[in-house]
Amino acid sequence: MSVDQKMDSSRRTLLLATSAAGGAAAVATAVPFVASLTPSERAKAAGAPVEADVSKLAPGEMMTVEWRGKPVWILRRTPEMLASLDKTDDKVTDPLSEEPQQPDYAANKHRSINPEYLVAVGICTHLGCSPTEKFKMGAESGMGADWPGGFLCPCHGSLFDLAGRVYKSMPAPTNLEVPPHQYLADTKILVGEDGKA
Amino acid sequence: MTTKSQAVLNWIDERFPLTSTWKAHLSEYYAPKNFNFWYFFGSLALMVLVIQIVTGIFLVMHYKPDASLNASGIPVAFASVEYIMREVPGGWLIRYLHSTGASAFFIVVYLHMFRGLLYGSYRKPRELIWIFGTLIFLALMAEAFMGYLLPWGQMSYWGAQVIVNLFSAIPIIGPDLSLVIRGDFVIGDATLNRFFSFHVIAVPLVLIGLVLAHIVALHEVGSNNPDGVEIKKKKDSRGIPLDGIPFHPYYTVKDIVGVVVFLFFFSVVVFFMPEGGGYFLEYNNFIPANPMVTPPHIAPVWYFTPFYSILRAVTYPLFGLDAKFWGVVAMGASVVIIAFLPWLDRSPVKSIRYKGPVFKIALVIFLICFFILGYLGVLAPTPGRTLVSQICSVLYFAFFLLMPWYSKLDKCKPEPERVTSK
Repeated sequence: MSVDQKMDSSRRTLLLATSAAGGAAAVATAVPFVASLTPSERAKAAGAPVEADVSKLAPGEMMTVEWRGKPVWILRRTPEMLASLDKTDDKVTDPLSEEPQQPDYAANKHRSINPEYLVAVGICTHLGCSPTEKFKMGAESGMGADWPGGFLCPCHGSLFDLAGRVYKSMPAPTNLEVPPHQYLADTKILVGEDGKA
Repeated sequence: MTTKSQAVLNWIDERFPLTSTWKAHLSEYYAPKNFNFWYFFGSLALMVLVIQIVTGIFLVMHYKPDASLNASGIPVAFASVEYIMREVPGGWLIRYLHSTGASAFFIVVYLHMFRGLLYGSYRKPRELIWIFGTLIFLALMAEAFMGYLLPWGQMSYWGAQVIVNLFSAIPIIGPDLSLVIRGDFVIGDATLNRFFSFHVIAVPLVLIGLVLAHIVALHEVGSNNPDGVEIKKKKDSRGIPLDGIPFHPYYTVKDIVGVVVFLFFFSVVVFFMPEGGGYFLEYNNFIPANPMVTPPHIAPVWYFTPFYSILRAVTYPLFGLDAKFWGVVAMGASVVIIAFLPWLDRSPVKSIRYKGPVFKIALVIFLICFFILGYLGVLAPTPGRTLVSQICSVLYFAFFLLMPWYSKLDKCKPEPERVTSK
């Protein structure tokens, strides 16, 4: 624009106002598109709690139930398995479950309501692989002679003990998550709801 | 040309720049006359893109992005791929062309990028061509990653699980971001459908746009060549570079030879070893996705392994953020840093032919590290392998980050005035 031409400032203001209004409308239009990427109502509803009947579970055995599309382990621990937690106390990062990876009622050494049953989400806290069970103790496990039993994540080698506590200096930063759960009867567990929330 | 067809052409040219576009990009686009073997891979990449688009269009006619289980308890998506393989006439061939095409795309693109490194094709005035190229590489990685989820096999599922979980390592926004990527609390039907949408619509559109920008920018400044000297500096009386020859017919004909040789090797893979020894199609991916069981060993497809190794090599937490986050940062940086090459290389010459021993040694070390990282990325980690991948990752970054110094110090040979050819 040459110097002698005077800028029509009212038109410029109108131009700017229109652009600003158009920009705001464009941003507002993006909202439903971004919202459509978040979990749908059906996906949220699929998070309903699941019941598990553990009456047929023998000591030392583990069953898996599906909750929110994730594997949830229920492990019935033998007295030897529970005793192994004493041995792993000083090998794990968070022996007393201080990190909030469990409801308050499972923030103890055995990480469960009833010491016999461990309920945990079978997803490694590193990158989401499902660890494999290595319950046999000692050399038989193929994990070395002093292996007290636990879990091994096949993806990046994280080790967990029989309470889902992660060993020190592993890729996984925290213990396995304990989902909210409650006992409906002695051998019936409801995973996903603890009646406290 | 007969007067009638000339009249038709004139009619079009008055309404659409047909003849002038043909001239500008083909018959009067002057490319250096000394292109060698390395210059096949640009046109080959374009051809593989066409193969992927055409085979992709036909695959979508039969494929179903549906994670629900069918009457036999098999995920519908997995079953639809098996249906294409076994019951759609010619379906097996179209599918193998597409899956082999993915690996071929990366082979060709890696060679194309290495050509750029050899001859300094990223140097001024070709910085934007190089940046568009890096963006194409990024888009290609996104395209390949999302496409790999579609067969809904065990590797599809768990590979996506691991990579999407990487985003949750980003502080503050991470967990919500991975939720938005998945569209569910776990990888599921929502994830499969959005990856399908991105894989067949969004990313290909971006890819084609970037390829156009890459070529338009190239034709604006003209191609580099193995000597790294500008042919536009020496022109004849008509303004045509002395060392330039028209792209058509000279290089169109040359590139057809490249296409024939490439298709020869491509066909051997498609017809005799479509799984590529478990590297092009991983064996675990012939098992339907099972969210309850992780395969004993998860490895990405071969073309991601160098970057995956860099991700795994970071094992130290820093500034209160865990190692996982820094691994993601390192992996992202290892790709993005490629875009900065035009400003990292301070050598007075472009081509490796005239660069000194320091750059040559650096390039060889870089290449060796890239291969070692790629090899380690396929294997399960052990403390020894992690250490090797850490050393190689440091050297990978050193190649780029130290380049401003070593490329300047290097003893270069003088560039010739004009291109050389035997």
